[in-house]
Amino acid sequence: MDIIVEGIKQAFILLFTLDREVLGITWLSLKISGSATFLSMFIGVSVGTAVALNQFPGRRFVVSLINTGMGLPPVVVGLFVTIFLWRNGPFGFLEMLYTPTAIVIAQTVIATPIVMGISLAAIQSLPANLRLQILALGATRLQMVWILVKEARLPLLAAVMAGFGGVISEVGASMMVGGNIKGYSRVLTTATVMETGKGNFAIAMALSIILLLLAFTVNVVLTQIQQRDRPR
Amino acid sequence: MKRFRNICLIAWLAAILVLVFYAAPATAAPPKQKNIILSTTTSTQDSGLLDVLIPIFEKKTGYFVKTIAVGSGQAMAMGQKGEADVLLVHSPAAEKKFVAENYGINRRIIMHNDFVIVGPPSDPAGIKGMKSAAEVFKKIAASNAIFMSRGDNSGTNAKEKAIWKAAEITPEGQKWYQQTGLGMGLTLAVAAEKKSYTLADRGTYLALKKNLGLDILSEGDGILLNIYHVVEVNPAKWPKVNAAGAKAFADFMISKQTQKIIKTFGVDKFGSPLFFPDAGKKEELLGK
Repeated sequence: MDIIVEGIKQAFILLFTLDREVLGITWLSLKISGSATFLSMFIGVSVGTAVALNQFPGRRFVVSLINTGMGLPPVVVGLFVTIFLWRNGPFGFLEMLYTPTAIVIAQTVIATPIVMGISLAAIQSLPANLRLQILALGATRLQMVWILVKEARLPLLAAVMAGFGGVISEVGASMMVGGNIKGYSRVLTTATVMETGKGNFAIAMALSIILLLLAFTVNVVLTQIQQRDRPR
Repeated sequence: MKRFRNICLIAWLAAILVLVFYAAPATAAPPKQKNIILSTTTSTQDSGLLDVLIPIFEKKTGYFVKTIAVGSGQAMAMGQKGEADVLLVHSPAAEKKFVAENYGINRRIIMHNDFVIVGPPSDPAGIKGMKSAAEVFKKIAASNAIFMSRGDNSGTNAKEKAIWKAAEITPEGQKWYQQTGLGMGLTLAVAAEKKSYTLADRGTYLALKKNLGLDILSEGDGILLNIYHVVEVNPAKWPKVNAAGAKAFADFMISKQTQKIIKTFGVDKFGSPLFFPDAGKKEELLGK
């Protein structure tokens, strides 16, 4: 119990004294997971929409793959990305292992199927007649897709939130491909693991609370956008 | 109007996200060849020693050190694949093999401290005050008290195996022998929760002591010596290794200034130093 109280106290001390290291770690977490979410939003929503609107052989198989990807374990992604980025691995020439960029790559791989899967379901659940109606009113195919995406805005933003939630809380891949390097690739989750290992439970608690606050803040912003009056 | 506001909102959001995205690579990718990958044991990081030493080294030389804290076993595995430039490890037998097989060069002694055998104050196996580590392990085995092993090929784990060997006991598969597969800090926490015995390096134990409720029950045997070496990964085997950087770091570790910092590190916090500098000494003569 003491540790929880002490942790909450520490969290506020660290936040309000603007502890430079903790602020840096928090900012880096937001930057990395924000970038990964942004990239996965592009890939996820576009591919998800494309799969939802088209019929092609093997479609069910593709959808099954995407849905499986939604549960991709971060450590597995971390291991694969590590092996690919090794100096002597296939992408070693990029010299990218143990950098923040490597974490963005791993987190994008984790978040993309989540966004894709939910987008697919969202677009597919729109009434089929809506498409016909839009086309009948003279819209081009591209305009139709754009209207459908706007129509499914609620679940699509939920997809983005799920993707962000998946990566901001992820620790296995960040640890493996980022290396938890002080002042460079240390994010909130890896710092929490390290401080727990060091026995600094109060600081670990404080970092967890900051992580929760960060996730909450981002979701409040996204929810604001999601819940705005829909244009009619 | 509503439409316009919506477009504004989307544009605004996109602008922020683009900003966030482009800011990320800006912090990445420091200049080439400047990067040194230091693969080390968790104890040097968890004790805070590297947090003190590395900024000094970076400022002095302009290199950027990427410290990857893993067990000594994994650190050497990374070296073997050419995925690290320099190692700071504490598993002498494995290090000698590593150098003999030409994976590493210039193995040099840095410092030492010692391992301690810790356990619950109630001491169910009755080992308190015993000197010989092998005898202690024999007694723990005979009493069926739980022993918590790291089980992760770390330097501590290697030392523990060596003691079991000296005690002529095969603990694997025994009911009282449990393996955590975790780092030293977490293993100590598990041992404390389960009121079991474990082998720990003194530095990590001292750093965590106040939360644990585990006592040092046996210490001081010669076999418990914990020696740290720096090993450079052989660039002849892996051309991509940053050999100059590795040498610079190794030289820095044995420099007078660094050795002086090691000597006093931890005194203010724990009342006694966590490591004893040994640069230039003969490994065989330590602890004699």
